[in-house]
Amino acid sequence: MVRCFIIHTVCPINALAPGESRVLYSRVFGPDEAVFHGGQQRQLTPQERRLLSAEKVSVVARQVHSAVSMCRDASGRPLMETLPGEETLALQDADSGVVRLRSGDPFSEETSVLWMAVQSLGFVLVCEPHENLLLAEGTLRNLTRQCLEHLHMLGQGSEVLLKSNRIDVLLSRLLPHGQLLFLNHRFAQSLEKDVAAYMNK
Amino acid sequence: MYSHGSESFIKQARGIQEPELQKFYSRLIKLLQGKELGHETIDSLQRLHLILSATKYTRTLPTDLQNRLVSLLSSPVEQLQVLSSAVLRETLPPAGQEANYSQDISSQLNCHTASLLLAQAGSQDNLSSLCALLLRSLENRPSDGPNHSATRTLPIVNTILTHSPQCLTEDQVTLLSKKLVDWLRYASTTQGSGASSGGFFTGSRSRQPLPIAELDGTVSGDFFTVLCVGQGFTEDQWMNVYSFSVLRHWLLTFQSVSSGSIPDIDDRSEIDGSVVSMVSATSSSSRLLPPKERLREKAFQYCQRLIEQCDRKAQKRTDTDLQKACLIEAVCILDCVCVEDASMVYRAFPCIKALFGRLSSDLSFARVLLPVAQFYLNHGEMAAVDCEAMWRLVFGRFPAELFNDPFLAHELLRFLRLNLESLQLQVPQYTRHFPNLLKFLAWDSPAVVDDFVDLLPSLVTSGTALELLHTLLDLPCLSATLLLQLRSMCLPISESGGRSLASMDAFRNPSFRGLFLFLLRGEAGSGDTIDRLNTLLELLSEAANWPRVVQCAQTVPILLHIFFNTIITVADKALLGQVILVLLERSSLLLNIPKYIIEIHRVFSRQLLRLCKLHPTLVMDQSHELLDFAGATSNVYSKEEIYTHVVWALGEYLSVSYDSRCSVKLITSCFEALEAVLFEITSSAPPPGTGCPAPRVITTLMNALAKLASRSHDLIPRVSLFLSKMRNVSRSGSVSWCADEEDLVSIVTLGEELWSLLKMPGVAQSVLNPPPHVATPQWHRDTNVAMPLQLRTLTRLTQAHASHAQHTPASPSAHTGT
Repeated sequence: MVRCFIIHTVCPINALAPGESRVLYSRVFGPDEAVFHGGQQRQLTPQERRLLSAEKVSVVARQVHSAVSMCRDASGRPLMETLPGEETLALQDADSGVVRLRSGDPFSEETSVLWMAVQSLGFVLVCEPHENLLLAEGTLRNLTRQCLEHLHMLGQGSEVLLKSNRIDVLLSRLLPHGQLLFLNHRFAQSLEKDVAAYMNK
Repeated sequence: MYSHGSESFIKQARGIQEPELQKFYSRLIKLLQGKELGHETIDSLQRLHLILSATKYTRTLPTDLQNRLVSLLSSPVEQLQVLSSAVLRETLPPAGQEANYSQDISSQLNCHTASLLLAQAGSQDNLSSLCALLLRSLENRPSDGPNHSATRTLPIVNTILTHSPQCLTEDQVTLLSKKLVDWLRYASTTQGSGASSGGFFTGSRSRQPLPIAELDGTVSGDFFTVLCVGQGFTEDQWMNVYSFSVLRHWLLTFQSVSSGSIPDIDDRSEIDGSVVSMVSATSSSSRLLPPKERLREKAFQYCQRLIEQCDRKAQKRTDTDLQKACLIEAVCILDCVCVEDASMVYRAFPCIKALFGRLSSDLSFARVLLPVAQFYLNHGEMAAVDCEAMWRLVFGRFPAELFNDPFLAHELLRFLRLNLESLQLQVPQYTRHFPNLLKFLAWDSPAVVDDFVDLLPSLVTSGTALELLHTLLDLPCLSATLLLQLRSMCLPISESGGRSLASMDAFRNPSFRGLFLFLLRGEAGSGDTIDRLNTLLELLSEAANWPRVVQCAQTVPILLHIFFNTIITVADKALLGQVILVLLERSSLLLNIPKYIIEIHRVFSRQLLRLCKLHPTLVMDQSHELLDFAGATSNVYSKEEIYTHVVWALGEYLSVSYDSRCSVKLITSCFEALEAVLFEITSSAPPPGTGCPAPRVITTLMNALAKLASRSHDLIPRVSLFLSKMRNVSRSGSVSWCADEEDLVSIVTLGEELWSLLKMPGVAQSVLNPPPHVATPQWHRDTNVAMPLQLRTLTRLTQAHASHAQHTPASPSAHTGT
């Protein structure tokens, strides 16, 4: 299962400290783990649970931001700006990697965090340890491409904030409730047509 | 991509004031009460979502707005479903939350409502009710065509299983097991009514249903799997895809061997299992099996078919990637099934072995071979299969040639971490491959250092410890070499003006080949290090500012600490003595990255101290080399930290009380060596290009000399002479070897103290060589020793009181504590 899908910034932001990133979209799948893995702690109120969940997402975003910076420093490749319409090119140029988060830090179980960095944004899938990471990688790549296209992310726009319902629908088809799907090109086409129909409304 | 506009949207959403927010709420309620819900409504809902999600503190909506949103969850317009679900997820569940689960909304339980229910589930009961709802709808549903309501069930159940497997009752598990078998094995083998491809001819009656096809275009001859294609798909073919997607997790959750969470099912199958496993050897009688075992059998068949299908050449690239993912999944499921039912190993192994044979020479399938390695590790012994070739691949070729694949690195290191115990039993020689494994670290330290923190202790064995220490210290060099290796493969001719010109030439130069090949070796055992290490360091000197090399260098101190923590538990004294020698030798043989050398010296100093404290006789054992080191004046300037600690160790431990072999002759020669150095550094200015020696070096030398003299009283006059000379020198003002006046004062003060102390040799001996129980005070545990503490406290209190009484409150007291 995928625990969550996050889109966040990986570029420096004036209003924030260096290394901090702005979470633009986050979607945690399934029931809140704080309810079921709390152990002997007292039960948290819904507000506290939501706060805890948001904090965990920020922790993941910070870790990925640091991983992306290190990876880009090490490879020394200059960042290329791509224009709207060049989504495939942007994707080919993107950096990707995986980070291991220990259990407790921040999720109760160990997780593998797959990330893909396209220019100034990072797309993240937090996967459970026994997940099929090759499938997750393909799914992340597909999701990223679809987000770039349907939300016109390569331009100057802010549709990721104003059209988050499109990402919700994309996820409900390609990653329903965090479930990775083994889709051959035919099944994938069918789902993508469904998504496109929604986007055009 | 991320613009100023986005920042301001977020700020606006966070900073919205209460009155404005209330106005927005009322406007939205009015909009939602209208009959037609158009673009403005959608936009406003989206804005509401942004306002709620922009802050981590939960806002509460007015009740009527919340109720209206709940009713929108079942709207026929999907956008409204999505938005209302998203908004409600960001706010608190309503007071009557339980009502949501028991309402008869099973027909309207769409994907977005379900995700809301999941997100707000507050207890296991909520999830159980949701499961019951879903499974009821699964049984009762009429076959609705394009809505695919059944497909929702499996992902939801799967995510519930992750957190709370107890939510499903035994009956529900049995029901789902049966359904999974149907969907996996008995889905239609004809194409569904697809997208309009031949639009002129409508009506499916006029056409014969076509059979499904394989990925290479040929007609499929067996049951439907995820690797079959058609123009369109029937519902049960969709369920086939979803079933396979959840299968592994399902099998893992209900594994009776490992999990103890479903006691009922456990007990039953353990009794049945021993009887049934004989039966499962032949698949024809599978209809007689209980549901769980039948599912296992069908899963087995499905995976075998998938493995065969992956041999075909897919027409599309995305399908080739899917084939690889399917192979991984299939092997994992087979492994899982064989763990449950050991008799299946004999059926599975031929297939897995053939797969290995097919893929072992193709590095692009490396990630597929890792689950195969897991299978070999789990079942290889039982099947008496020779796994040598597999381990050669995993520990040999993969790290050596694929070190720069971050995903392979992650998965391979994870494989090692999870199977550490089994590997130590079955493949104990894997520890000899640490030069290869460290290539992952040398290439991408930040990503994998965490894994090595866990793995390194197991790689420290007494046989290879010294070589490992050298290799760790050479990690930045390895990093640079890997970069050169990759570059030299990409660039046939060295580019003019290229940044790695000198080191690249060196890399390609045959006379230096051996040096680089040593770094790139795959196995330990061919020697601890090379003679011409300094040559290698020079050749790679320009790599010292390459980012990858710098990142690697930053992780070495951590690994060294782990190495030392482990080595003291596995090494005998002789080996530890050799470790000390390596420390001394390598302190000048490090890649010249500025902070790197300082950090490593710091680690060396700390560890040297620790080793000497643990085994004080080591100082005697290695006295020759330590004296050589301490007697070289240049070390004062270039390796100040280590030098200080070596001198301290010599002064402290070179004594009969620690080692009976310590002779007067040795003490005298040590004394002379140190005296010579001290004399040299305090009689002239430091050599050009270096700063003054740190005061700490001088005081440590003085202390050491005093200690040595107190053990061999003949030396006392020499020390006293030196110390009184020191006093005279400072009287003449500043000196060339000490820049700071305060430091000079401290040094001279120490000199005077030692001089006066040494006038009473007996006292000096006990003060400078205190027996252990004095050096480690017991404080309150020992009444004899606690007295001085009490006295001192009392004195300080009375003094402070007195001085307070002396001074008027207004004047600041210049007196500082003792």
